[in-house]
Amino acid sequence: MTLSASARWALRAFMAVGLTFIYVPLLLVLVNSFNGDRTFAWPPHDWTTRWWSAAWENDGARQALLTSVQAGLGATAIALLLGTMVAFAVQRFAFFGRDTLSLLIVLPIALPGIVTGIALDSAWRSVMGDLGIGKGLFSVVVGHATFCVVTVYNNVLARLRRTGTSLEDASADLGAGPWQTFRYITFPMIRSALLAGGLLAFALSFDEIIVTTFTAGPGVTTLPIWIFNNLFRPNQAPVVNVVAAILIVLSVLPVWLAQRLAGPEAGASRT
Amino acid sequence: MTDIPAPAIRLTGLRKSFGAVDAVAGVDLEIADGEFFSMLGPSGSGKTTVLRMIAGFELPSAGTVELGGRDVTRLAPFERDVNTVFQDYALFPHLSVVENVEYGLKVRKVAKRERRQRAEQALAAVQLEGFGGRKPAAMSGGQRQRVALARALVNRPKVLLLDEPLGALDLKLREQMQVELKAIQREVGITFVFVTHDQDEGLTMSDRVAVFEAGRIAQIGTPEEVYERPASAFVAGFVGTSNVFSGAVATALFNREGTFSVRPEKLDIVAGEDGNGVVAEVIYAGPITRYVVDLDAGSRVVVVSQNRAPATVSRGQRVRLSWHEEHVVEIPTGEMERTHA
Repeated sequence: MTLSASARWALRAFMAVGLTFIYVPLLLVLVNSFNGDRTFAWPPHDWTTRWWSAAWENDGARQALLTSVQAGLGATAIALLLGTMVAFAVQRFAFFGRDTLSLLIVLPIALPGIVTGIALDSAWRSVMGDLGIGKGLFSVVVGHATFCVVTVYNNVLARLRRTGTSLEDASADLGAGPWQTFRYITFPMIRSALLAGGLLAFALSFDEIIVTTFTAGPGVTTLPIWIFNNLFRPNQAPVVNVVAAILIVLSVLPVWLAQRLAGPEAGASRT
Repeated sequence: MTDIPAPAIRLTGLRKSFGAVDAVAGVDLEIADGEFFSMLGPSGSGKTTVLRMIAGFELPSAGTVELGGRDVTRLAPFERDVNTVFQDYALFPHLSVVENVEYGLKVRKVAKRERRQRAEQALAAVQLEGFGGRKPAAMSGGQRQRVALARALVNRPKVLLLDEPLGALDLKLREQMQVELKAIQREVGITFVFVTHDQDEGLTMSDRVAVFEAGRIAQIGTPEEVYERPASAFVAGFVGTSNVFSGAVATALFNREGTFSVRPEKLDIVAGEDGNGVVAEVIYAGPITRYVVDLDAGSRVVVVSQNRAPATVSRGQRVRLSWHEEHVVEIPTGEMERTHA
């Protein structure tokens, strides 16, 4: 497509403004985590790594980081298992309600987090509690898994669609049973899609706050929740900045890796 | 019956429907041990579906598939002693060439040293010695085709199925591979079932040919039988070019009623004012020249003539076409005739 010179310049300007609004505040957080001034005077005149060591020594922040990693790994594990299974079912078999199933899997990513949160909260109060499973880390993992499944599902589905079944046919033709075919052919084929989907799922879970608020049991504090709780305490502000900076890096890294792994067919992402 | 060895493949009343469409509408076929058998037909005629049912990728809607006298209709592909060379080769992209070739041995738990050795032998047999370490993506189309062949042959199957294996190659390579395939088949002595829509391929390599039309076999026979004595107008038109005459034109030309076929190279063409037609087109094609002639009797025919002498017939000229009575093939109409060899 050819655009006029003025249109080209206008579009470039819009893009610059958009990217500025997205990334300059993030950059500010990173810079401020090294700002020596407690009130974040701008521009910063002295630099320090004091806040980083303070954050490292902060038990609450460390505990929250551990909880977030646990929740992320748990949700990712569930997403990998269920997402892969559903992707295979939808791509390889024709059955009644297939399109509906596909929609139901993708839908949670579009549902407002607050709705998912309220729904899970009441489910836990009215049903799970009676079954003896109280709110805790597990309820957070389940809450995150509801929208993490879709990232794995989309990635694996796209891969299966692209590769087709001829390689699996060839494997069976050469005498391999279903399990051998999965181990030697199918799994290597979808391995990078699983990794990409898993990384995205982890990134989604890692910075989730709304669903977490509704599903976390007493004493379960993830990193985003810890940040939110400490945001308005002036004493903690520098440490919050450091934790936010860590969160940025830990969220960006998996997404960047996932994009490189999945190539052009990378699935939906909410981050 | 018990004294006669069972055929390598026997198909009985084989049918396959996809929804409302009958892809295969009743196929009966016996292929002998060690035969080079081709299934020839236009796309959508059901030949590939038949092949996939022999391999086990499709379950027949009706009928049975027997391999060496054993009913395998309900068995999975990995439970059948056949191997397939796929149209797109279906080489495993994440495995090296030699790993591709030894795959069938690996999943059958052949010891690593033996399978490596056999894979190298198979690669040598298709002239790919020393290519084992490469990935399929680093090979040319013709080389990939050979890898696919080696991967199938290394398992020493009773039957090798080939699904348009030469379709993706250019003409020169294709002709070379035709000769090689035939040589390999003669050497290993296993049954080859070759699917193609290319009638030249079907005729040049095969011991016998089955011509498919709309999910059925229109004719089975040796290449010569199918070419010289086509059993239907469809076969006459699909296998080579043919001039088919029927109705009043046929009666005028041959003094009897019916449908008749005459191959273009069986017609002689001589210039002459007392002729029976007018040349509408002259197409020079190197070794031969093709003439399109409008007969006075009311039909357009194609004549092929060897270019042994400079052409003497030109466009618009009156010509006389002549033929020998034994080259006029009467085509049965109505009920299709099946010739089982």
